[in-house]
Amino acid sequence: MNNCPAIELRNITKTFGSVVANKNVCLTVKKGEILSILGENGSGKTTLMNMISGIYFPDEGQIFVDGKEVVIRSPKDAFKYKIGMIHQHFKLVDVFTAAENIILGLKNEKGFDIKKAEKKVREISDKYGFALDPTKKIYEMSVSEKQTVEIIRVLYRNADILILDEPTAVLTPQEAQTLFAILRRMRDDGKAIIIITHKLHEVLSLSDRVTVLRKGEYAGTVNTCDATEKSLTEMMVGQKVALNIDRDDPKDPCDRLVVNNINCINRDGVQVLNNISFTARSGEILGIAGIAGSGQRELLESIAGLQKLNSGSIMYHNPKTGTEEDLRNKTPLQIRELGVRLSFVPEDRLGMGLVANMDIVDNMMLRSYRKGHSVFVQRKAPAQLAEDIITRLKVVTPSSHTPVRRLSGGNVQKVLVGREIASAPTVLMAAYPVRGLDINSSYTIYNLLNEQKRNGTAVIFVGEDLDVLIELCDRILVLCGGKISGIVDARNITKEEIGLLMTKSEQGGAK
Amino acid sequence: MNNSATNDKNIKDQKQHKVHDPLFQIVKRDGMEWYKALGIRLGAILIALVVCALVLVLLTNMLGTPYNPIKIYKTMFDGAFGSARKTWVTMQDVAMLLCVSLAVTPAFKMKFWNIGAEGQTLIGGLCAAICMRYLGPALPDFLTIPIMAVACIISGALWAIIPAFFKAKFNTNETLFTLMLNYVAMQIIRIFIAIWVPTGSGVLSRIDNAHLPILFGQKQLLNILVVAILTVIMYIYMRYSKQGYEISVVGESENTAKYIGINVKKVIIRTMAISGAVCGIAGLLLVAGRDYTVSAATAGGMGFTAIMVSWLAKFNPFVMPLTSFLIVFLERGASEMASRLRLNESISDVVTGIIIFFIIGCEFFVNYKILFRHSKHNKEV
Repeated sequence: MNNCPAIELRNITKTFGSVVANKNVCLTVKKGEILSILGENGSGKTTLMNMISGIYFPDEGQIFVDGKEVVIRSPKDAFKYKIGMIHQHFKLVDVFTAAENIILGLKNEKGFDIKKAEKKVREISDKYGFALDPTKKIYEMSVSEKQTVEIIRVLYRNADILILDEPTAVLTPQEAQTLFAILRRMRDDGKAIIIITHKLHEVLSLSDRVTVLRKGEYAGTVNTCDATEKSLTEMMVGQKVALNIDRDDPKDPCDRLVVNNINCINRDGVQVLNNISFTARSGEILGIAGIAGSGQRELLESIAGLQKLNSGSIMYHNPKTGTEEDLRNKTPLQIRELGVRLSFVPEDRLGMGLVANMDIVDNMMLRSYRKGHSVFVQRKAPAQLAEDIITRLKVVTPSSHTPVRRLSGGNVQKVLVGREIASAPTVLMAAYPVRGLDINSSYTIYNLLNEQKRNGTAVIFVGEDLDVLIELCDRILVLCGGKISGIVDARNITKEEIGLLMTKSEQGGAK
Repeated sequence: MNNSATNDKNIKDQKQHKVHDPLFQIVKRDGMEWYKALGIRLGAILIALVVCALVLVLLTNMLGTPYNPIKIYKTMFDGAFGSARKTWVTMQDVAMLLCVSLAVTPAFKMKFWNIGAEGQTLIGGLCAAICMRYLGPALPDFLTIPIMAVACIISGALWAIIPAFFKAKFNTNETLFTLMLNYVAMQIIRIFIAIWVPTGSGVLSRIDNAHLPILFGQKQLLNILVVAILTVIMYIYMRYSKQGYEISVVGESENTAKYIGINVKKVIIRTMAISGAVCGIAGLLLVAGRDYTVSAATAGGMGFTAIMVSWLAKFNPFVMPLTSFLIVFLERGASEMASRLRLNESISDVVTGIIIFFIIGCEFFVNYKILFRHSKHNKEV
């Protein structure tokens, strides 16, 4: 191993229109080293990596591989310099096997020898400790297996520099640990590994050095052994932040939403909800944990009236009238007409909660435009609401007439959450409300949820970060394969216990 | 942090190093001032005229009858505005095309690709002809005309509801469905004409009853006025009504529409009914206000041209008079040019094609900019 860095970036600048995505960014990765790139969302991590892997071309600056200056114009060039990127969203063909996906796109005049490829895949798996059957089809695989295919695909192409874009976002804590063990083995084998993440504890446990980006600018590089969660956060945000989430005890909770034995079979005939029963109480935050796709979306959508159920009931206790209503298989409009003040922050903000091409005022109007008997819409009240939300939640926008697609992720979410809580809901459901948000915005959202809890709203919070779920929620419902594998008290549970519950019935289902 | 400081210094030393850029890059613009965008569009029309002139000079020289391109353009202008009558006819054509464009706009805004405006207009026109033929002789005009108007609107709406219903209920492909209904409508007209005119020319001669009133001695004025009013109504409907708002939401994101409790199926059917109803009005104006007869060619392809008019105006009813005028002017001018200068008929299509190509093509430069290697370095240094 020589001292020459595997890859070095000098003074990289990239702009999109008037937006500066990266400004004078420098970084170095040595062979046999894991470098974390840390930064809030929108700080330019992914842009930077896309320039290394040939998707974007830098406006300025130089890239050196093995000490020689190189020009990376396309992903093909990146492969030439043995750079491989594992994207956040997998790019695999579902009906192909692992081995077929791995050799896909390789040029070979003589045709493919799939047996040989499978053998080579097995060799790579054994070398680094992957568990992968090369003949398994992608659609039969779990998320972590798919990720394994992506990683082996770049190793198969003899990549020496691996870039992983938020690899743990879709994994359970246990799966993440397995991945880290593999990454360490690759490091010991002399590979240079760059991992993009915004989870601080992962950075601290895995990497050798950390490069921090702040708003597209290079904020510095530190050795992991010299860093703490606090120091890294301050580097990322540029100021001191308190990393505590408040949690009051629930104030006289009473049953608000009683879900009883609901079952849902989707269009493909898969049972996505299996005998789900739980109670959401007022003045309480009920967390929902689970691997992505365990039925979280269907559960929330069936309460919101967007998903047909096969059986069961969803009883809503109206605190004003004391009556009970069954919300099952009602349309969203019928639910509203029953006087149920149900707010829903869906997972897909711009595809479901908001209209990307409309301005903030028109998006405010989504909930309220039906008011009154006039055939014309009233834009006055929504415009007022838009201004209120912009000032109260500190939404960064040129004006309330800016299309929401132009806002950054955090501001989009503030607009959506702001609108949903403006109607003083009695039930507030939020699916991954802080996904993709930076630390400050995330805490704004947590505070808003807590405020609703104090107001006596029954809050249902679907989250992916177990640390946050444990800190924020009162109770946590764990979903696994469409079933409830446990409802636990968040004050007396560890991350590992929840992680086990998240994978429980998969193991149970095997027998 | 120290680390970065030394790095920075290194970098300054290296900064003048040669960078191998690609020759040019295409970059999306952030948004453009309206006057710049207007400038680009006007520039595109100018360039288009120059290119057309070159092509025309070349072609006429090859044919042995060279013409001065200025004269050719003057002929085009004369074709549209050469006399008072020509001007009125041009205005009426603009109005009729505008009417059909207004009709397709709500559907397109909803991302329902209604390419069946031709058929919906024809069915409206057929109903007008039926009323004129059968009710006209029996009833006074002041009774026939309202009945006829209602019949046209309802028939156009019904013709449009058919594909909308199947789309809402079974998610059929509306593009194919509406397209095919055009041919059905044409055949229905041919059947009626075959019944009415069993022998001879097969052309329905002028029907003399229940013509729409002629205002101030100008035959074209009523049609123009009706469409002008429709334009204002459509603008208000799309921009300020609750239904117009629902159309935008459904068009932008069906999931969002469902999420806030809009009945998407109802909106699809209602919007198409409106689209068809306006087509029905177009049919009424064409048959009872312009032609006083009907044929499979009454709509004359306007149902398709209207799509272009609507898109070019970005679905804004107040811009559509301009785009509609542009297309009618080109069509009328080009055909005048072809006949007066004894050029082949296709020459008008060539001219129209070149101009529209430039107009649509310039949108690329409104939305994107191209950075060349040289220009960028000049800027940077």
